[in-house]
Amino acid sequence: MPGFKLDRRGLLKSGAVLGAGLAMPTIFTGRANAFTNEPTGSSVTLGFNVPQSGAYADEGADELRAYELAVEHLNGGGDGGMMNTFSSKALQGNGILGKKIEYVTGDTQTKSDTARASAKSMIEKDGAVMITGGSSSGVAVAVQALCQEAGVIFMAGLTHSNDTTGKDKKANGFRHFFNSYMSGAALAPVLERNYGSDRKAYHLTADYNWGYTTEEAIRSSTEALGWETVEAVKTPLAATDFSAYITPVLQSDADVLVLNHYGANMVNSLTNAVQFGLRDRMVNGKNFEIVVPLYSRLMAKGAGANVKGIFGSTNWHWSLTDDASKAFVQSFGTKYGFPPSQAAHTCYVQALLYADAVERAGSFNPCAVVEALEGYEFDGLGNGPTLYRAEDHQCFKDVLVVRGKENPTSEFDLLEIVEVTPVAQVTYAPDHPQFAGGQLGACNPGA
Amino acid sequence: MLKLDKKDMRLFIIVALMTILAPFILNPFPEGSGLAQFNAGYPDLMQRFVIFGIFAIGFNILFGLTGYLSFGHAAFLGVGSYAAIWMMKLLTMNVIPAIIASVAIAGVFALVVGFISLRRSGIYFSILTLAFAQMSFAMAYSVLTPITGGETGLQPKVNDPRILDAALAPGATPSAGLFGLEMRDSYELALGNWLFTFNFGYYFAAALMLVAFYTSMRIFRSPFGMMLRGVKSNQQRLNYTGLNSKPYTLAAFVISGMYAGLAGGLLVAMDTQVGPERMFWTASGEVVLMTILGGAGTLIGPVLGAGFIKYMENIISKINESILHQWFYWLPDGLEDLVVGMIYPFIGKGWHLTLGIMFMLVVIFLPGGLVEGGQRIGRWVRGKGRKADATGDKKSTASTPAE
Repeated sequence: MPGFKLDRRGLLKSGAVLGAGLAMPTIFTGRANAFTNEPTGSSVTLGFNVPQSGAYADEGADELRAYELAVEHLNGGGDGGMMNTFSSKALQGNGILGKKIEYVTGDTQTKSDTARASAKSMIEKDGAVMITGGSSSGVAVAVQALCQEAGVIFMAGLTHSNDTTGKDKKANGFRHFFNSYMSGAALAPVLERNYGSDRKAYHLTADYNWGYTTEEAIRSSTEALGWETVEAVKTPLAATDFSAYITPVLQSDADVLVLNHYGANMVNSLTNAVQFGLRDRMVNGKNFEIVVPLYSRLMAKGAGANVKGIFGSTNWHWSLTDDASKAFVQSFGTKYGFPPSQAAHTCYVQALLYADAVERAGSFNPCAVVEALEGYEFDGLGNGPTLYRAEDHQCFKDVLVVRGKENPTSEFDLLEIVEVTPVAQVTYAPDHPQFAGGQLGACNPGA
Repeated sequence: MLKLDKKDMRLFIIVALMTILAPFILNPFPEGSGLAQFNAGYPDLMQRFVIFGIFAIGFNILFGLTGYLSFGHAAFLGVGSYAAIWMMKLLTMNVIPAIIASVAIAGVFALVVGFISLRRSGIYFSILTLAFAQMSFAMAYSVLTPITGGETGLQPKVNDPRILDAALAPGATPSAGLFGLEMRDSYELALGNWLFTFNFGYYFAAALMLVAFYTSMRIFRSPFGMMLRGVKSNQQRLNYTGLNSKPYTLAAFVISGMYAGLAGGLLVAMDTQVGPERMFWTASGEVVLMTILGGAGTLIGPVLGAGFIKYMENIISKINESILHQWFYWLPDGLEDLVVGMIYPFIGKGWHLTLGIMFMLVVIFLPGGLVEGGQRIGRWVRGKGRKADATGDKKSTASTPAE
């Protein structure tokens, strides 16, 4: 087409225009609001970003149920659940600061890219002022960093890796769930009491970030008891058949097998281990034992009778008998017909804690919320007295050590609580080596 | 000077206008209305449209022209992303070095993979590329954790070296930019109930997409492109004439790898985070879907396909049950539940199902992809009807159907 000749003069001209365009950053100014997505109408939007497909879809579905329940309670519907037992009475049941809560949902697919895309669309399109959810540490870390950049609050869902509030901690991110270190610290004394201090452990570890930090935590706390770690083998996350990894265990002189696996991985590896007769073995004159550091009811259900007598740790269990847990199980059960999982519990609590922090701060501004949550002590949410530590935004509370029940009475009654490990025993210094290397930074309100 | 013929020029101008006006085109529904759910004009998704457009354009240079079906192209996307994030961590948050590095390193990686994989053709080639991609994924996920950050991936940290950048203001976090402009800077224009967002990162990526589109046009029309088409239609005959086709296929492979690297680099520039699942085989499959859905071997097809799939992924997957109930609240109770129950499997987590159905319909009824659909509508509008259909539209820019 003859009209599109680009001569020297034209090039100079367009170059000048382009340059002028680039040199005018004032054109691109952010929103006029005081902070990202400041709610101005009669409602406020929260973003529930959970895995609805993929390996953790079960957990995700339960998380979403919990969020819907929390929104119902916060908006004044239902029986109020744990709002009645919560030590803070700032919540009135009229939404948050009088604004009705609306929510948007997204599917993380347990992939950090997808989770971030979903969270970004909640922030940019739907105007969400807080993002919560997730069922894997990789996703939690990725979304937490995004929320820090965008200037919204992130209330982590189920994430157990040390890094979420360790080397990847962020000022805008908060975690209620416990972590690998706490699992190790809570399990070790129980293991010593039941299995003695002279054991040889063999670790099978899921080959990703959470697996590494869990292995490290369990190793260091059991080695402190006098246990010896014979071997630690990494298994691919996508593996479904673990027999090739179990056979070497039979040939070693280990007498304890630690499965640093979660979800379907743990179901399969434990089933394989039991099939290979590990639990009937006698090594070094001792009965062979299996330990699963992070337990959940959904996993116990998948592994069936194989979990009987196996120790592990958990954040919360529906059979707890304090008022708060009973109130939560009651209202969740009424609505959905079965007891909530620990994932549901932590998500429900996170939603309540966020709403309460906004109420107390009197503002949705992320910096005000951060200030309200930092160093906040509360009770009545199912875990006893709890502290949101200011240094790393990690909750410190009692940890449950559980064991697979020998005679379950129903399909939900699979775990029994062996011990409630007091919070002092699982507390660590913020600069503990397993958590070192991160910086919280300053809160970012966006805009 | 642009050296395009009239038809191509028209296509190029249309594409350029559409990318420039995208914030308007993609936000047709006013804020707060029920249909606002279907608006796609927010920065993140617009950026994804053009970035995956680049990815698919590059893939189409290989698949559309030579017919070599690479099933591991996401590996180059991932390698480009990792290269870009490391440039940001080590050198500067300015995106220029990051993008140059991502293209260069993806190109070198493509040269290695292509050199080995192109020893075979057909299904064996596909399997080889798939194996390379899965290998890259597995290594990034575990063995190479010190370089790739494993499952958690990599993000710029406050205490990264960034030797070319001035120290951050206290409390500030590093964010990607271009000479002082940040990628996430946006200007919002409110017109009545409509809200349009003009995002700097989007326009930056869109400019690169236009360059990439133009380059691919020139390749399609060049003697080199003709040679690649020759490889597709009959490689054996080409070899018998005494031509060695391997340098051509290898060049096409490397070019398309560099396109993927550019897309990977841009993904990091827009959203400074990399995770290994970017290289997973489903990501490689996705670009194949995009190209076939849009129309393999056509110029604009891959861009349309990319836009279509990203739209489904980001918009359909966010419709949930309560939104459905809002839509159908006017129906009688029982009927409302029935309608919601019937639609529910196709939305939210069921978006894959919807996409699968659409993909089957397109492949069965429109073998040339969405482009063929557009052509049919165009012909129907022009009233040529069946006549042109019977003789075939040879003159069209998009005349090569999917394999």
